[in-house]
Amino acid sequence: MAAATTLAWTGAARADAATRFEAQAATREAPWVKWLILGISLAFFAVFLLLPLVAVFVEALRKGWETYWSALAHDDALSAIGLTLTAAAIAVPLNLVFGVAAAWAIAKFEFRGKHFLITLIDLPFSVSPVIAGLIYVLIFGAQGWLGPWLAEHDIRIIFAVPGIVLATVFVTFPFVARELIPLMQAQGREEEEAALVLGASGWQTFRHVTLPNIKWGLLYGVILCNARAMGEFGAVSVVSGHIRGQTNTLPLHVEILYNEYQFAAAFAVASLLALLALVTLTVKTWVEHRAGSGTPSSKAQQDAAS
Amino acid sequence: MSIQVRNIRKAFGDFVALDDVSLDFPTGELVALLGPSGCGKTTLLRIIAGLEQADAGQVLLDGEDASGTHVRERQVGFVFQHYALFRHMSVFDNVAFGMRMKPRGERPSERQIRDKVHELLALVQLDWLADRFPTQLSGGQRQRIALARALAVEPRVLLLDEPFGALDAKVRKELRRWLRKLHDELHITSIFVTHDQEEALEVADRVVLMDHGHVEQTGTPEEVYRHPATPFVYGFLGAVNFFHGRVDGSALRVGDDVLPHASQEFDAGAEVIAFARPHELDLVPDEQGDAGEIGVGARIARILAFGVTARIELDGLNGLGGKSSGQHFEVELTQQRVAELNLAEGQRVRLLPSRLKVFERNGTTGASA
Amino acid sequence: MSASRTFRVLPGFRLTLGYTLAYLSLIVLLPLGAVFLKTATLSLAEFWTVVSAPRVVATYKLSFGMSLAAAAINAVFGLMLAWALVRYAFPGKHLIDALIDLPFALPTAVAGIALTALYAKNGWLGQYLEPQGIQVAFRPLGVLIALVFIGLPFVVRTVQPILEDLDTELEEAAASLGAHRWQTFRHVILPVLLPALLTGFALAFARAVGEYGSVIFIAGNIPMVSEITPLMIITKLEQYDYTGATAIAVVMLVVSFALLLLINSLQAWTASSGKTGTGRDR
Repeated sequence: MAAATTLAWTGAARADAATRFEAQAATREAPWVKWLILGISLAFFAVFLLLPLVAVFVEALRKGWETYWSALAHDDALSAIGLTLTAAAIAVPLNLVFGVAAAWAIAKFEFRGKHFLITLIDLPFSVSPVIAGLIYVLIFGAQGWLGPWLAEHDIRIIFAVPGIVLATVFVTFPFVARELIPLMQAQGREEEEAALVLGASGWQTFRHVTLPNIKWGLLYGVILCNARAMGEFGAVSVVSGHIRGQTNTLPLHVEILYNEYQFAAAFAVASLLALLALVTLTVKTWVEHRAGSGTPSSKAQQDAAS
Repeated sequence: MSIQVRNIRKAFGDFVALDDVSLDFPTGELVALLGPSGCGKTTLLRIIAGLEQADAGQVLLDGEDASGTHVRERQVGFVFQHYALFRHMSVFDNVAFGMRMKPRGERPSERQIRDKVHELLALVQLDWLADRFPTQLSGGQRQRIALARALAVEPRVLLLDEPFGALDAKVRKELRRWLRKLHDELHITSIFVTHDQEEALEVADRVVLMDHGHVEQTGTPEEVYRHPATPFVYGFLGAVNFFHGRVDGSALRVGDDVLPHASQEFDAGAEVIAFARPHELDLVPDEQGDAGEIGVGARIARILAFGVTARIELDGLNGLGGKSSGQHFEVELTQQRVAELNLAEGQRVRLLPSRLKVFERNGTTGASA
Repeated sequence: MSASRTFRVLPGFRLTLGYTLAYLSLIVLLPLGAVFLKTATLSLAEFWTVVSAPRVVATYKLSFGMSLAAAAINAVFGLMLAWALVRYAFPGKHLIDALIDLPFALPTAVAGIALTALYAKNGWLGQYLEPQGIQVAFRPLGVLIALVFIGLPFVVRTVQPILEDLDTELEEAAASLGAHRWQTFRHVILPVLLPALLTGFALAFARAVGEYGSVIFIAGNIPMVSEITPLMIITKLEQYDYTGATAIAVVMLVVSFALLLLINSLQAWTASSGKTGTGRDR
């Protein structure tokens, strides 16, 4: 149930809202109210969001840089990095292709059951990650439906890499689709129709008209999808089996180190993931900014037209 | 190229957008599809373009059935209501798009494309905007770029969906004249959709009036305005006053009042509805409210005397008591006539039509008197 | 000649819809169906015994109770934060705005150990709280704090765009009619925000109910005290009690589906009430 954030609103709009409301007495609070609200909300922000983030880096470096580097350079850490990258490298493209296909079908055509389909696509967000892992154990696990057959053919899915990839695909399933569907619905299909009338083929239309129009939304969805793919813990934890050097992703490695009381090492690996989160937020903010300035909202277009 | 549509039917679910529509669009003409929103005119345009497929019927382009031809191959130019300019491409790239999408063998060289684009931009008088993006243009400029883009693929027909719909009044008027001029230069068979009767009458060679998926009338602007075939057409093409009445010999009984009516087309006692445009009504003073006199009783509500002609708004009166009938009338008189009659607000008058268009109630047969 | 009713001028409908349905079924629907099939192997009485065991019921109380509390806390403070971000100019605003999404981007395990480092007995904050008699880690309070962390952006990000879209005219009208600032907020602004606020609340709640990674470290997972329902599923799995795990999963899934339906209708409400006045869509 992640990503209440979408590209629908832009940084530019955020900037002028404050000046717009603070300019007039009628839409302004008394100074003490303003400072009270600011004080409480910023304190809340600092304690609940900022402090945990700071704690990760401080704890990571508590025992010095040497411990930090050795924790990251450890073979198990390196293999965890490798597996995390592998899982993301498979899950993200799969869900990217799915997201584009689903958004094309849903946004550009009318058919019955469309809203129901959108709800189904959102489903993985509302399922607990633990259950996301469980469902694959029930199918592919030793006692699962396909378990005996898989054992016979010596195929391992659960407690192996395929299971981790599957769980990752499941939890990141909706990211790209739910970003693109509202965007493409808002854009309508007139531009595509215009391209067809001008003689473009279906592929040319998609390549030259649709894709440039959705590129920021696509990038946005991919960033969020990737962040979740690399950071997923619960679902992967169920199917992984926690075999060091083999089925350990970075978040699972953090857990193992932590449970072995290697706190500094655990936080060192965690700081890597925290950095990934910060990079994600930076790129996301940048995309929001670009999308905001690159394609003015239809509102702005209407203003210009009149 | 000529266009014919034959017995086109199209429904969206339960809503019938087009019901057995057949029309001819001769080569080189500029035709307006005119009607209120929801009358099916845009659907018809999209079916001709190949953007929509009819449930039944045929579209013939130059006499050939185009039903199996994809929109890509129909060689139609289509200008969308909201222009549908590619927002991520410059004006130049927008206009060049159609040429660049051609298969490699048919594709002109970049040089030819450049020349052609500049030629078209010059034609729409916007050559200086080549490097701009659609969002940097005004509505009128976008409209003309959309037209240049449609012309770039050398279409055999030009289809325009509400071409001036999204523009403000002043730009609209300018562009109307400009489109007419352009058509006179290019002579491409063109169809445009509009809900604005003034636009249709002013620009088009011929006007097709549509309502509820039916064609109500086709003709030159003069024909349809002078001789509307149905009450709908009469009402749609300008301000009207109407009188419900019954035919009684050479007169028309409207409540307790009487209007002269010369036509012999209706049987005695036929229920009819009679129309008159504001300038086709005259007023005569009627201080006493005499019943049985010629003309329909009314009271002047407002006199708007600022134009070349004066507009007078009246409330209809019912019979002897002079009670308001709830009906309103609008009359257009010369300033001279207003002065002559010495009209004042609140005054009782009688309405006298100089010309009446009479239709049978619920029917479409009409007669002028 | 009759035309096919499914004529579509844009290409690729069958291909993309077909692919969408196939992929959706393969990755999501069939595996989820497996959960229900597995439960069907239990008799109703067996199912009931599993899902109503005292230890399991204790996890429901904890999970749902703390999720509700966390969502409520986030509704209040998230609204304040959104208000501050939209209405006031202050240094560092853009940075804070960007960091609001941290719980979306930060892996839950990282959040989990970071919160534990803060609230453990000898942690950054724990060392001051403990002497006051406030125990956070390994107590329900710890669960609450983790759930507040992961739920905050849902409220802020659903309320923020609605606040931005608010017309100044609305408040000016209220002021011109003699309303005080608080009355304006209470009677004019809050009703407009309500659908979005409830949506944010429901989203935060739904996420909290299923949350695992950020909770288990700080919770300490003491049976009957600080054990959450998702952990119960893992515990059963580790004991190879697959049917037991599945039965609890079914309970959670049913709750999730109900929440999903609720959220969908709340979002439809938000969309319809947010649209009045400002025509964002063509």
